[in-house]
Amino acid sequence: MDTTVDTTAPEGAWSGGNNRPFKASYGKMMMWFFIVSDALTFSGFLAAYGFSRYKFVDAWPIADEVFTHFPFLHGVDAPMYYVAFMTFILIFSSVTMVLAVDAGHKMQQNKVIIYMFLTIIGGAIFVGSQAWEWNTFIKGDYGAVETKGGKIIQFLDKEGNRVGLKDFAVDLHETRTSQEASKGIWFDSEEVTRTTYSFEEVKAGFLANDNLLIRTQYLDEHGHPTVLSRAESEAKLINDGKLVVEGANLRHNEYGSPLFADFFFFITGFHGFHVLSGVIINCIIFFNVVIGTYERRGHYEMVEKVGLYWHFVDLVWVFVFTFFYLV
Amino acid sequence: MAHAEHNLAIFRGRLKFKSNVQKIWGVFTLLSIITIVEVYLGIIKPESLMTSFMSEFEGGFFATLGNIFLSPFIYMKPLNLIFIVLTLVKAYYITWDFMHMRDEAKGLRRAVVWTGIFLICYLVMILLFEGDYIFEVYKANYIKFDF
Repeated sequence: MDTTVDTTAPEGAWSGGNNRPFKASYGKMMMWFFIVSDALTFSGFLAAYGFSRYKFVDAWPIADEVFTHFPFLHGVDAPMYYVAFMTFILIFSSVTMVLAVDAGHKMQQNKVIIYMFLTIIGGAIFVGSQAWEWNTFIKGDYGAVETKGGKIIQFLDKEGNRVGLKDFAVDLHETRTSQEASKGIWFDSEEVTRTTYSFEEVKAGFLANDNLLIRTQYLDEHGHPTVLSRAESEAKLINDGKLVVEGANLRHNEYGSPLFADFFFFITGFHGFHVLSGVIINCIIFFNVVIGTYERRGHYEMVEKVGLYWHFVDLVWVFVFTFFYLV
Repeated sequence: MAHAEHNLAIFRGRLKFKSNVQKIWGVFTLLSIITIVEVYLGIIKPESLMTSFMSEFEGGFFATLGNIFLSPFIYMKPLNLIFIVLTLVKAYYITWDFMHMRDEAKGLRRAVVWTGIFLICYLVMILLFEGDYIFEVYKANYIKFDF
């Protein structure tokens, strides 16, 4: 070991020493290198998303039709407005963060306190918005049917408007018998994702209503989902239909490919986790600013370091926004 | 700790700000405008930007070469190309001005940016090619091309 450890290094080299490679302090440089590795993690996720999307490029859900809700505006078709709002919140909290860093350079404690506080509020609003977005996505919208091959078929009226399952499914008064462990040799407990209507109820309702059509996941040459004729629709539902899907989870997704939901949960979830940890770290630094730790230390470099992390979170969102919602 | 002066000019020196705070608000304005343009385009989706500008070159070696060099214009919808370019512009200003990359030493800048960009481009290229290959195999139900 003696040969590999440089015992001539000055005391305290690990805590910074006197060398300043790249004219940056130890902590700031390490924050940058952490950001590089974290950026690679995120790009791994986004590239995997791209891979799966290219794999099913002719049957991928259109984000505009998935994220159409805005809080308190029920039934209003508002594609992307909410996610645009979230983007602005995050950019604005980046601005207050960089203003806090700037105030720190000038040793203005009170300004740092105000700007850090605003940053934390922005981050909290963002995380809350993301929770709302998840909730809306999980709950679902119109409902759909999954085919035997695992594809999604959705329902339209003759004018091309989406129709929800609740608008046409008939109540067949079916009685459900729950399977119990005592009655079976091989027993799986019932899935938690039970739907409001059974497949038979949806099928009966569809066949009774001549005004309904089916559209498949596959996109035509203009990038719109293919709509089947009435005869084709009936045949499709009778021959291929299997399961009612309401909302999205890791196995089924009423908007289309389950992979879309998987990646949505995974990527926005991982990003949301970063925002959450950013808010927590910001809070710690905020209280340190309030009790005057950095005033006594003589510099506000900690604010700058946590600022780097916070901006990185914003930077990642810029890419998630583009590749999940826009492209 | 003495701090290095901020570089207060953006757009390659064409736009100079008087103070760092002013520069922050300037960059915020720029990022907001870009985001508004993105959202606007994303909602209206102009028909003219939905089909690619050029069609594939047919023929021999030079056609292949042309297809490779002009691939963003041949194989991508112009709208998506615009989104990606605008995203990179936004990423640049966040990194350079909010994260103060503009004020860091050249070595640190390159260690961070070049490493990241190289590895990300490499990974994205490999995965997108592979995804497209699998798509073609699914569609043709057979090996699409064999090395």
